[in-house]
Amino acid sequence: MADPMKIRATMKGDVAEIRILMAHPMETGQRKDAAGNAVPPHFIQTMTVEVGGKKVVEGHVGTSVSRNPVFGFKMKGAKVGDKVVVNWVDNKGDKRTDEAAIA
Amino acid sequence: MNTTRRTVLKSATASGVLAGLIGTGALRPTQVLAAEWNKAAFEAKDTAGALKGMGAGAPSDSKDLILRVPDIAENGAVVPVDVVSNIPNTSSIWILVEKNPQPLSASFDFANGALPEVSARLKMGQTSLVKAIAKADGKFYTAQKEVKVTVGGCGG
Repeated sequence: MADPMKIRATMKGDVAEIRILMAHPMETGQRKDAAGNAVPPHFIQTMTVEVGGKKVVEGHVGTSVSRNPVFGFKMKGAKVGDKVVVNWVDNKGDKRTDEAAIA
Repeated sequence: MNTTRRTVLKSATASGVLAGLIGTGALRPTQVLAAEWNKAAFEAKDTAGALKGMGAGAPSDSKDLILRVPDIAENGAVVPVDVVSNIPNTSSIWILVEKNPQPLSASFDFANGALPEVSARLKMGQTSLVKAIAKADGKFYTAQKEVKVTVGGCGG
């Protein structure tokens, strides 16, 4: 099981800013370990962000997103207290769902 | 326009069918909404292949699509990228790094009040153009900028 995400969601005026930090190695499959063996690819492929029960962002991710990916999104029509639910699924089928409330 | 009318009619029919399926419990809403990971686009080895996989064809340059990247990235493993689209009705944004082994980095679809902008951190193997592509009303727009990389972030 992967480590929990860090989700920060704050209202700035009428815009909600959502920042997400995912704990994930994001192996590209290009890297070799100390013994010279290729490290198999292991990376997040899909992610979704739901706010107040509605999906606002669906992201698809390739190998060239950095280790421990950080994403920032903005939305209108949200309010303080709305629940933000983020989930991701990687190429090995591992998944993780975390939630936070807009502050 | 007749074509618009056709599209509206078509999508109305399609969503009607989907709503029926959701009603019967045959499909959960998340499964309807979550598209498949686009293997053809993400595993393409060059930008042209990635664009083809996305179905983007030849996007036109737009100054309303704003791409913010550093001029020089000292560490190619973590390159901050911001994309903001001021094109009306932008529904999706893609980010590509032209000289990476697999150029397509990420794609984002926006709905339900999400603003068409995203920030992310990318790996870059070498100095390369970074491209943002936005889809609005079925048309594709692009903006690009070069990032100089001093230490590559792909491979070891």
